Amino acid sequence: MNFETTIGLEVHVELKTHSKIFSPSAVEFGVDPNANTNVIDWGYPGVLPTTNKGVVADGIIAALALHATVEKHTHFDRKNYFYPDNPKAYQITQAEKPIGHDGWIEIDVDGVKKKVGIEEMHIEEDAGKNTHEKDYSYVDLNRQGTALIEIVSKPDIASPAEAYAYLEALRQRIQFTGISDVKMEEGSMRVDVNISVRPIGQKEFGTKAELKNLNSFNYVRRGLEFEEQRQQKVLMSGGSVRQETRRFDETTGETILMRVKEGADDYRYFPEPDLPALNISDDWIKELDDNMPEMPGKRRDRYVNDLGLTDYDAMVLTQTKEMSDFFDATVALKADPKMASNYLQGDVNAYLNDNQVDLSETKLTPENLAGMINLISDGTISTKMAKKVFKALTDGEEPKAYVEAHGLVQLSDPAKLQPIIDDVLAANPQSIEDFNNGKQRAVGFLVGQIMKQTHGQANPTVVNQLLIASLKG
Amino acid sequence: MNYFDKDLASLHDDLVNKKMSVRELTQETFANVKATDPKIGAFLTLNEDAALKQADAIDAEGVAADDPLAGIAIGVKDNIVTKGLKTTASSKILANFTPVYDATVVEKLTAAKTITIGKTNMDEFAMGGSTETSAFQTTKNAWDQTKVPGGSSGGSAAAVASGQVPVAFGSDTGGSIRQPSSFNGIVGMKPTYGRVSRWGLIAFGSSLDQIGPMTRTVKDNATVLSAIAGHDKHDLTSSDKAVPDFAAGLNEGTSVKGMRIGLPKEFLAEGVDDDVRNAILAAADTYRQLGATVDEVSLPHNKYGVAAYYIIASSEASSNLQRFDGIRYGYRAQDVKNLEDVYVKSRSEGFGDEVKRRIMLGTFSLSAGFYDAYFLKAAKVRTVIMNDFKAVLKDHDFIMGPVAPTPAFGLGDELMDPITMYMNDVLTIPVNLAGLPGLAVPAGFSNNLPVGMQLIGRPFDEGTLYKAGYAFEQNTDFHSQLPKLGGQN
Repeated sequence: MNFETTIGLEVHVELKTHSKIFSPSAVEFGVDPNANTNVIDWGYPGVLPTTNKGVVADGIIAALALHATVEKHTHFDRKNYFYPDNPKAYQITQAEKPIGHDGWIEIDVDGVKKKVGIEEMHIEEDAGKNTHEKDYSYVDLNRQGTALIEIVSKPDIASPAEAYAYLEALRQRIQFTGISDVKMEEGSMRVDVNISVRPIGQKEFGTKAELKNLNSFNYVRRGLEFEEQRQQKVLMSGGSVRQETRRFDETTGETILMRVKEGADDYRYFPEPDLPALNISDDWIKELDDNMPEMPGKRRDRYVNDLGLTDYDAMVLTQTKEMSDFFDATVALKADPKMASNYLQGDVNAYLNDNQVDLSETKLTPENLAGMINLISDGTISTKMAKKVFKALTDGEEPKAYVEAHGLVQLSDPAKLQPIIDDVLAANPQSIEDFNNGKQRAVGFLVGQIMKQTHGQANPTVVNQLLIASLKG
Repeated sequence: MNYFDKDLASLHDDLVNKKMSVRELTQETFANVKATDPKIGAFLTLNEDAALKQADAIDAEGVAADDPLAGIAIGVKDNIVTKGLKTTASSKILANFTPVYDATVVEKLTAAKTITIGKTNMDEFAMGGSTETSAFQTTKNAWDQTKVPGGSSGGSAAAVASGQVPVAFGSDTGGSIRQPSSFNGIVGMKPTYGRVSRWGLIAFGSSLDQIGPMTRTVKDNATVLSAIAGHDKHDLTSSDKAVPDFAAGLNEGTSVKGMRIGLPKEFLAEGVDDDVRNAILAAADTYRQLGATVDEVSLPHNKYGVAAYYIIASSEASSNLQRFDGIRYGYRAQDVKNLEDVYVKSRSEGFGDEVKRRIMLGTFSLSAGFYDAYFLKAAKVRTVIMNDFKAVLKDHDFIMGPVAPTPAFGLGDELMDPITMYMNDVLTIPVNLAGLPGLAVPAGFSNNLPVGMQLIGRPFDEGTLYKAGYAFEQNTDFHSQLPKLGGQN
């Protein structure tokens, strides 16, 4: 029997706003429990929510970035359930009219491109956090009320590899809008997954299982791969898949049954009466669209067509907005694009990996990188010297000042180089004879001797020219 | 001194002219409340120490001529949060709850230098029409202590009618200001939805709730509404429409001449007491004599109001009251084994029967499979009712009718019969559904119990209602008749 797989992804993206979605409390991390809370966040009697307009703008931006239709007449709904991290016992979300719907993004699996549909995206508030100890449970409401966008895919994803590619593409597009850091390891991107399989030809979808504890894109893929096989085996052995929630075990790579779902939860959604309906104007949408940061696809086209980079280079540079912005800024300072691309992919990436930091956490700046590249281009320093200079840049040094202070300036003046060349030639008559006998290797030896005499500061190109001229002379 | 029959303007004059100090007035007020309240039961919590301190502070500055409410004693319904002053909504679940912030209305009153005497009794979470669902005490009608004061703002109504305070605040979700005002022979305004901020009002039906003033005269009421109304950044459902000085338009020149008044035939239909009907017909004659025309009009969908209301208000309440879960504040049950136990036991023990009834009704109405037939249908009925009013108010300046089908009923008479109790609200509920302003003014008596008239206006046109109420008051003497209580008055 052959099967086809259907995967659905619900992605929660935490927005980078200064204050919460329905209260003026600050959004920041690493503060004491409940430090960033007020009566609204506590769900106190008599309090009312007020809408953070910036969150609505972010919702529109996300919708535009994901090619979705912006719902201009929308409102918030209440989702009712009891839990200690949910102080009002309802979450303010959007159920009936999400702010965006019917979008898509393009994914690429091994060079095969495919559009994956996005059912809807809506804005909502996050819950607080419960922690449990032996005899007590603690509630921290700092996260309560921080703004989220939930993005729900259409059932277009047919393999774990496609799911992985979808998450990559989604993360990348959202990151380029600047509305979220979209970092799974920091919880600003969270993924809920469901998967079902059915025999090819069957009309109805199979019964789906939900997977939990998927803390990286890799775990998502591995969890789905395991679950795809498990469900196929169940069906092939004549059994039926139950609607259940399963937990991915990172060590074994297997999914483990958490609970079987019986019927749907009833959240008793209804329109939030404390908040007026939102009427989003065309002007506002246009304004946000006009100010939308350039998306990765457009940047890649520009890098290839205008700057002459390869497809591969363009792809690597647009992995993150940070890297791409850094590249753009470096090139804007007249640095050679190919060299800028090479340095970012080479020395810069190696430095980031070695130190496990983000670009923004380093002392590197586009100004200094461009400065160094321009010093190479105009022959002031050699690429070899640049290794030293780059290290200085990571300490925050200014390239020109560093080069001058450390005497790294390349020796390119023929008037200064010629006497050295003459000395070296005088000391190596055998090499001259070899050259005259057609042995090109002699040139390399002589250049090496000249570099030694100049402590590596001689400009190899100039040395080569002068040396050949002298030998032929 | 006896200030029972004094209006705000004369009290203000006496304070400005130092015929009495704010401290004297405040002390007098507490003495009077202590003397009369054993009989009435209007107040749950008194605020004596803070009130006297505040009085001294105002005396130190002197009462300015342009501070019409400075030093005036007020009562505040116990579902309006007051910083540092216990606020229970008459529920066991909030029996020991002391808020850490003030409602916007309270903040505005503090700025106007009123003196909060205490918190008034009410039906639990404002659910009821007799103040008998209070978890703490029974309030009696100021005119007859065997009768209910109405509800849910029964404590505020009885406090004003019995002369304890000249001003008290209520909240009105389906008639909770107007009906007890009617039962106690005072003036009560349910403002247009959005006129007064709901920040700090413990929510019952969020799309219906409004805070409003309860006073002995129309002009007092108008003065107070101007002080508490207006846009509030904490409440996005509050309107940014300008707030007029409502009292400024009330004087000898105030007239209803040329006004067109609609009298809906449904408001005088079966179920309305003869005495009530006759009082309203007499009021219509008064208006005609004053130069207005009164037309019979129809609000054909009025009869669906009660059903739609109990679905919408209860649905919203079922969600609003979920926060009372025993976790962060309020009553928490003892002897619990797990989290679900905390929820179930705290709420089972903390809420009274009427509140539970409405939570169940609302939960059912919002449930999957029932939502369309109940909540959604009710929302549609609400629109139809709004359109009925819109049609009549297009060519009528306001609508008149009774507040309630009957005068105050006996204590205990209807408590066990929720449907009869709900039907008491048949004439007030549609006004909340439509979000319109509704003013109750005294319009007669039936067996020595007051009968109230209701004036319903266009959105944000409280001004016309005050004018019409004032003109009626100037030409009748119902408002100047006072209940006979033991004690000082």
